[in-house]
Amino acid sequence: MGVAIYVDNVTKAYGKNIVIQGLSAEIKPGEFFTLLGPSGCGKTTLLRMIIGFNTIEGGEIRVNDKVINNIPTNRRNMGMVFQNYAVFPHMTVRDNVAYGLKTRRVPRAERYRRADEILKLVKIDQYADRMPTQLSGGQQQRVALARAIVIEPEVLLMDEPLSNLDAKLRVEMRNVIKQIQHQIGITTVYVTHDQEEALAISDRIAVMHGGVIQQIGTPKHIYQRPANEFVSTFIGLSNLIDADCADSTLDFGCGYRVPMQTLRPGVSGKVHVAVRPEEFTIHQDGAPGIPATVNSSVFLGMTQHYFMSLEGGKEIEVVETSDLTDILPDGARVTLQIMPHKVNVFDAESRTTLIREEA
Amino acid sequence: MRKRRYSPIWTFLALAILALFIIFVVYPLALVLYKSVVDPTNNSFTLENFTRFFSRKYYTNTLRNSFSVTIVSTLISATLGLVIAYITRQYRIAGSKWLNIFIVVSYLSPPFIGAYAWIQLLGRNGIFTRIINGVFGASFGGIYGFAGIVLVFSLQSFPLVYMYVSGALQNLDNSLNEAAESLGASNFQRVTGIILPLVLPTVLASGLLVFMRVFSDFGTPMLIGEGYRTFPVVLYNQFMGEVTNDSYFAAALCVIIMGITLVFFFLQRWIAAKHSYAMSALKPMQPRPQRPLPKALCHIFVYLVVLIALLPQITVIVTSFLKESTPGIFTAEFSLINYQTIFSKNPRVIPNTYLFGLAAIALVVVFGVLISYLAVRRKSVITSTVDTLTMLPYIIPGSVLGICFLYAFAKPPLALTGTAAIIIVSLTVRRMPYTIRSSTAIISQISPSIEEAAVSLGASEMRSFGEIMLPMMMPGVISGAIMSWVTVISELSSSIMLYRASTQTLTVAVYTEVIRDCFGNAAAYSTVLTVTSVVSLLLFFKLTGRRDISV
Repeated sequence: MGVAIYVDNVTKAYGKNIVIQGLSAEIKPGEFFTLLGPSGCGKTTLLRMIIGFNTIEGGEIRVNDKVINNIPTNRRNMGMVFQNYAVFPHMTVRDNVAYGLKTRRVPRAERYRRADEILKLVKIDQYADRMPTQLSGGQQQRVALARAIVIEPEVLLMDEPLSNLDAKLRVEMRNVIKQIQHQIGITTVYVTHDQEEALAISDRIAVMHGGVIQQIGTPKHIYQRPANEFVSTFIGLSNLIDADCADSTLDFGCGYRVPMQTLRPGVSGKVHVAVRPEEFTIHQDGAPGIPATVNSSVFLGMTQHYFMSLEGGKEIEVVETSDLTDILPDGARVTLQIMPHKVNVFDAESRTTLIREEA
Repeated sequence: MRKRRYSPIWTFLALAILALFIIFVVYPLALVLYKSVVDPTNNSFTLENFTRFFSRKYYTNTLRNSFSVTIVSTLISATLGLVIAYITRQYRIAGSKWLNIFIVVSYLSPPFIGAYAWIQLLGRNGIFTRIINGVFGASFGGIYGFAGIVLVFSLQSFPLVYMYVSGALQNLDNSLNEAAESLGASNFQRVTGIILPLVLPTVLASGLLVFMRVFSDFGTPMLIGEGYRTFPVVLYNQFMGEVTNDSYFAAALCVIIMGITLVFFFLQRWIAAKHSYAMSALKPMQPRPQRPLPKALCHIFVYLVVLIALLPQITVIVTSFLKESTPGIFTAEFSLINYQTIFSKNPRVIPNTYLFGLAAIALVVVFGVLISYLAVRRKSVITSTVDTLTMLPYIIPGSVLGICFLYAFAKPPLALTGTAAIIIVSLTVRRMPYTIRSSTAIISQISPSIEEAAVSLGASEMRSFGEIMLPMMMPGVISGAIMSWVTVISELSSSIMLYRASTQTLTVAVYTEVIRDCFGNAAAYSTVLTVTSVVSLLLFFKLTGRRDISV
């Protein structure tokens, strides 16, 4: 069974430049844990602190009860898969995979047997005797994965492993990774900037921004109940609409008022309502709602997208499941209603959520 | 690649260049080949020259000697160069920028200057020899023969390996190191299992250059070898000697030495082809922290080697400002007499060096850029023939090229012997392979669609070449040209064969002064050469903003 990783109040600094300050997180045994964020958010820095390529300037990282701050990388027993694969170009596929066993002084016959076993698991056993240059990017990434897991590491670390692959292969490989991770039950930390990939692959996601973890949660929770405006706009698309809140009711002006069941008690004042494109309903009969004008539309088969502007000039995106009815013409004036149980509400000042924990 | 119709002007250019190379490379070589197997009395085929060489112990011994010094020096150079390159890439060494310059400088001076400086230091009457003998009461007779030659060549050649390996290490992506570490490799396992195999092709390639340079150099064994005769010494004596001057036998010697370098060239190609990896680093190696003791040891080792390698240069510069009492014995008195002598004696020497060098560089750049462009972007039978022909001088020792030129251009219609032209052409031809290879690398990095874009916007092929390709290539070409300049002005082995008093250059002047025992003058000439090289190198660093050098 996998190990737990405790990141406890750690700080990373390059000279005077502090990249991460006092960051904490807990990764559960056997969990697929993803660090997600835009480039420069500190996610790779944190990953490299866990494996030991980066020093830790403050706090500690523990694997189960063991503090690993000062254990050199080659004694940490963690496997890593790199963005550019880092497959050794001068070794065959089999030798690449067996390398970690060789450094552990596993006898030759045994290490080839285990290498071949893993190569079968990642389905590249037919290429065992090839040189890496004869393999495609996806195959090389399978080698890198096999090489990292054959040593039976306590932790598997992956640094944007799919970003060099084309879109179709990326989807295929992420399923491979997830399936193998579940099969061997190894605690995995995965770094990516691709939110769709993170949602698809993770047990839990930590969304990072500016060296700070914004929210940790399951993909479903992070998407549906983002902790703040950054998470709400970084994961998926959110239209932020100004409103006033009093007595658990949102007032959008122009006579449109929506009673809310999900808000914390006693919320009042200016708020931002985060409405995902699919959380609107469009009305042409003058029903109460937020007035909007259709600017343009895109038909994507399963869905119908509208780009609209509100009265203040704010541009928003609205999505409907496509229907047999006519597509609204450009310039059409409509009113929009929101789905109260789905939308999120953020304090206009602190930009953090006003939704109740259990909602 | 798609077949496309190109303007016929490229074919015309390729043919013109081909013609020039046939005249200046193929014809002289063919002539020497012919002379080596012809009997001058009746113009019939004979292997007499070769059997004469291989049947006499006097001659075959020189081959054995040559192989001994070359193999030992190459091994030492490769080891030193590899270790220093690794240390300076992997750890933070204080003053590494200057170390780099010093290492390059110690490589750039012609080897025989090292030989004559080491005689001043460790020869019969050398400073160190006298100190050693005085302090220990020993009777050390000075470093001559095998040991002397190996000392000079090793110190003079390791920088070449250093430069190549240092470049290769820079292209080694750090994630390979990190991957090895994450898989549990210790430092030692990582270096021997990952780094060493990956730079091995580079070590072999630079080792080959060292091998060919050492194998064909005659200046060093001539000066410091004494009784230890190597093959190039015999070749030089056979050709230049007053006693025996058998040009047919000399031609045979040329063929033998070319045969040997050719074999090693293909051997290296063959090994390199089996272990070659295209590498380019997204993230090069970062200097690692070190504990104080290893850190101190690394510093001491690197600085000690560089200091010893620089000793000849320092000796030369110091003695250039000293007065000679009797030849080879310098007084401790500061004087500019040596400089006065060299400027009044043959005022042509310095202008010659600069003029010939610049002319050769201009030719090398123009032809180098054109040929590599043709070979990469206008592939045809003609352009690839040109590409192959230009590689020939890479494996021909300089002295052999000089001899070939002398044979080929002694008589009309191309009576060039003794002219500046013959020296400029020989310098150009010798440097060409290096420039072509670096230009080819530059062009390969420019996407063909850039040119296609220019053509689609209405530019002619010549215009897109001139207005788009050339400006894009320029930075690389200019830095390459400076390096060519530095190597060209320190060239000796072909110039020594081709010079007359009116076409003497600095290296030739140093050599002739050393042979005449006028060490003061030699030191002064040599200092001018060193200063020129150092200034050019500093200019190179300034212009390119780079810290590394590839020759």
